[in-house]
Amino acid sequence: MNKDYIMSLAEKDVRIDGRKFDEYREVSIETGVSMNAEGSARCKIGDTEVIVGIKMAIGTPYPDAADEGSIVVGAELLPMSNPDFESGPPGKQAIELARIIDRGVRESKAIDFKKLCIKEGEKCWMVFIDIYSINDDGNLIDAAGLATLTALNGAKFHKLDKDDNINYKEYGDKKVELELMPITCTFGKVNGKIIIDPNNDEESALDARLSIATFNGKVYAMQKGLDRGFTLEEIEYMIDVAIAKEKELKTLIKEQK
Amino acid sequence: MIDKRPDGRKFEEMRKIEGKVGIVKRADGSAMFKIGDTVAIAAVHGPRVLHPRFLQDPQKGVLRCNYDMATFSVSDRKKPGPSRRSTEISLVTEKSLLPVLDLSMYPSSVIDVFIEITQANAGTRCAGIVAASMALAHAGIPMKDLVSAISVGKVGGRVVVDLDKEEEDLESFGGPTDIPIAYTPKNGEFTLLQLDGNITKEEFIEALKLGRESCKQIQKEQERALKEVYKEKGK
Repeated sequence: MNKDYIMSLAEKDVRIDGRKFDEYREVSIETGVSMNAEGSARCKIGDTEVIVGIKMAIGTPYPDAADEGSIVVGAELLPMSNPDFESGPPGKQAIELARIIDRGVRESKAIDFKKLCIKEGEKCWMVFIDIYSINDDGNLIDAAGLATLTALNGAKFHKLDKDDNINYKEYGDKKVELELMPITCTFGKVNGKIIIDPNNDEESALDARLSIATFNGKVYAMQKGLDRGFTLEEIEYMIDVAIAKEKELKTLIKEQK
Repeated sequence: MIDKRPDGRKFEEMRKIEGKVGIVKRADGSAMFKIGDTVAIAAVHGPRVLHPRFLQDPQKGVLRCNYDMATFSVSDRKKPGPSRRSTEISLVTEKSLLPVLDLSMYPSSVIDVFIEITQANAGTRCAGIVAASMALAHAGIPMKDLVSAISVGKVGGRVVVDLDKEEEDLESFGGPTDIPIAYTPKNGEFTLLQLDGNITKEEFIEALKLGRESCKQIQKEQERALKEVYKEKGK
């Protein structure tokens, strides 16, 4: 019923919460939300809330990248955040979310993995990025993206003792430096109309979804979701809007204290 | 015996507490409880139909609690997903809340309580119970009382209330004794009681008496936080 209603509204160029088609809900970002994490952030988009925490561990570099560290991204779609989410190991939606965020950081080279190397071929930093949905009112992807960038931006490294074990009591001077900050904007198609930042009601009526990560006007990552497709004109329009929104959203990203 | 606690608190003094209700909009009831640096959030979904069906009870509803710690809530990253520890805590949380609930109105249904620890500095199961109790009340589930909870015990040879992480790790004077309790002030019953350590009967009784007083204070904060939501709604 909700779905039919949202589709009929779209025909009249109206959204269920009265927003314009290219209008985000209110976005806010907070840092330092969990003191035992090396970096942490909470992002709210309307009623959607996501928290992200960064933990670092010591690992062994991959043989094909002996002078690089790496990242591990996990997403927990908490059953508290949406009555439709079930307890248990991450399902397809959680894994897709984690992979979108992973590629947004890894493939865009937002972090220089070489700076995570401790001793070539032997020891490196593994950066764990864990995403938790607290309240899902739609568009977890963009909230997770913004929270991830903020949690990483200036995340601290602990000191190492003489055997290269982590000393959890003290931080050193080393911090995560973001080389670039690709901002993800997610669009949906309802009844042939393109909307940005779909809320939970709108998500139930989407035919297709596209997430685009851009930085300084260039495109760094994309993910098409759901059952239908987009035309070239639609995709071009979405890239233009994403680039415009990137300018606004990046001003919200803070540095870890 | 120690003459001062590591963070300077009095022996019977708990850390600063704060409750907030209505923090997860998509849940039927929700709350946050903070004690010192420990932060627990809880959300209630239900009563709703229980699947699979063989778990249903045609006489009354089922309470299902799920306690989980965020990977980054502790110094050494915790692996995501359930563990033997979290499963046991989920169970004792259920048992601590059940005595105040009358579930006969909800046959074949389940009330799901999800607890997430987002920041940990000891006392997480008690903080979870306090938050869960507020979330159940916020969800409109009939309750005979609000369950409040705190850990008491012995540190450095002294009976204390609300051990923090540093105290839990203090090995001097016979090592720490940790006694998480939940208490229902109206009928004066303890609904959670666990103990790890070594303590005399007299010290144990003294600890419970101190814990009882702290629980009464915690209940006041629970009531204040619950009333706050309806005050905001009234505007």
